[in-house]
Amino acid sequence: MDQPATRAETADSPSHTHVTFDDGIMLECGTTLPSHTVAYRTYGTLNADRSNAVLVCHALTGDQYVAEDHPITGKPGWWTAVVGPGRPVDTNRFFVICPNVLGGCMGSTGPLSPRPRADGSDSSEPWGTDFPPVTIRDMVRAQKQLTDYLGIQRLFAVIGGSMGGMQVLQWAAAYPDSVFAALPIATASYHSAQNIAFHEVGRQAIFADPDWQAGQYWRHGRIPARGLAVARMCAHITYLSEEALTRKFGRRLQNAPKDSTEAISLFGEMFEVESYLRHQGSTFVQRFDANSYLTITRAMDYFDLAADCGGDLATAFKGTRTRFLLASFTSDWLFPTEESRFVARALNRAGANVSFVEFPTDKGHDAFLLDEPDFHRTLAGFLRGCAMHAGLEARP
Amino acid sequence: MTTHDPVRFIAKNLRVDLAVIADMIAPGSRVLDIGCGDGTLIDHLFQTKNCDARGIEIDMAEVTRAVAYGLPVMHGDADIDLQHYPDAAFDYVVLSRALQAVERPRAVLQQMLRIGTRAVVSFPNFGHWLVRWQLLSTGRMPMTATWDRPWHETPNIHPCTIRDFFDLCEQEGYVVERWLAADEAGRRSPWRRASRMANLFGEQGVFLLRHR
Repeated sequence: MDQPATRAETADSPSHTHVTFDDGIMLECGTTLPSHTVAYRTYGTLNADRSNAVLVCHALTGDQYVAEDHPITGKPGWWTAVVGPGRPVDTNRFFVICPNVLGGCMGSTGPLSPRPRADGSDSSEPWGTDFPPVTIRDMVRAQKQLTDYLGIQRLFAVIGGSMGGMQVLQWAAAYPDSVFAALPIATASYHSAQNIAFHEVGRQAIFADPDWQAGQYWRHGRIPARGLAVARMCAHITYLSEEALTRKFGRRLQNAPKDSTEAISLFGEMFEVESYLRHQGSTFVQRFDANSYLTITRAMDYFDLAADCGGDLATAFKGTRTRFLLASFTSDWLFPTEESRFVARALNRAGANVSFVEFPTDKGHDAFLLDEPDFHRTLAGFLRGCAMHAGLEARP
Repeated sequence: MTTHDPVRFIAKNLRVDLAVIADMIAPGSRVLDIGCGDGTLIDHLFQTKNCDARGIEIDMAEVTRAVAYGLPVMHGDADIDLQHYPDAAFDYVVLSRALQAVERPRAVLQQMLRIGTRAVVSFPNFGHWLVRWQLLSTGRMPMTATWDRPWHETPNIHPCTIRDFFDLCEQEGYVVERWLAADEAGRRSPWRRASRMANLFGEQGVFLLRHR
């Protein structure tokens, strides 16, 4: 299991469990990172024949703290509804691994990491915007290094929503023999023009913040908080739905905070939805790095699995023996059901074993993170069925 | 979002129909069940015959039930989604009591015998004597245990008789390897050699087809 090209696995700094790979990773853009770190968390116990591992892939602004309180915000893990003891991804039965993506800012190598000098030693300067553009494929390659390091040849399942779902599709396409079951949720095989457009608005908001300082904001000890908050606010709207916003906020007004310096507060009052979005924006900047946001949104925009395989998505999955569950949500307009159906049909053309369900909800794209009992029952049942076929569980 | 009302025949006794169909399927084969409902047949084929059985279903609530039970079922429409499967991907493609509810029965049969080596088709027989008698005696659309929805509510837009189906198979060049007529409880009718008698007394027809 030990490989010469890895460094100690324990947490250092106040920080995150991680492993560093010193054998270099050649990125899709052509740049080689001489070494890189993957921060990750695990839950549950790996069984004797190492056959019960489930990899959870996080979304754009997620991280490895999927099923425990977040070390920075103190909030519960981002998918405790799905991952944990007795949950659909049951940590009493499965060994769950959740890595922070390459390009992230929660311990894995990304724009915040020290930039190496020519002699290979770390400089005191972060990469910043000079961090090479990474892709979903690069992220998945880094995750494969992690699972190899953990001694796992075949993952029982790979699961993730949104950008996590893109990683699931990439896993299934790149390492079909290492994925027994794949669960891409509320996702697509390519990022749509509309989604790229929303990402661009977010990036421009960051660029427009004077504190961004051409990406070298650490030099002045500041962060582009306003720009990053606006990016988050804009993105957050795309995670909800009109119905959900109406249900939660309607047109209700509230008093503007007295200490607000923002021009709109001159009116003395604000809509509840405005207040909600500002809160989303201001809490986000405390835990996320702006350059990481730029890097990861770009990685999503680049994603087009079919383009990597000569234009036909079915080619990416030809001959696959992986069992797929595609799940989507009726009010999700960021990754609409049609994009999941497109993937399901490509899998049909590839002769794959595919289940495909759409769940009725008004909660928009975020539904995959929220309390959706039918969705959770379906995940649990699908995994149970797969466990039976994988020989992890006896036939009833 | 648009919601589609499920267009499917409401089978009175699916489990018995299923036993008749399962009888026609060889152990260990690859099976696609179109309109699989909650997946009872594919579960049965997996559990008792070790088949690699999968399903398509148009009613999302049924799809959810099937997948939550651990069965490989996808949401899809027989009229639209069969074209996405490769040639000869299955040994058997099953269409149980849904032929009369699809928009283009001929095209669906063609697709079934493209993606599968054999097709198993069951349908309620509109030639049954009670249907004939009701139309003749009352002059109104028949309402029987099998045909139990008023004409303006029924999803069954393409009813046919057992003899009609024989004609279609002849016309399309399909070989009827096996066939039988059964009553609503799935009991086989004794008129196996006499299609005219089966057409009069059988409540449903079950056919095993292949290409000539």
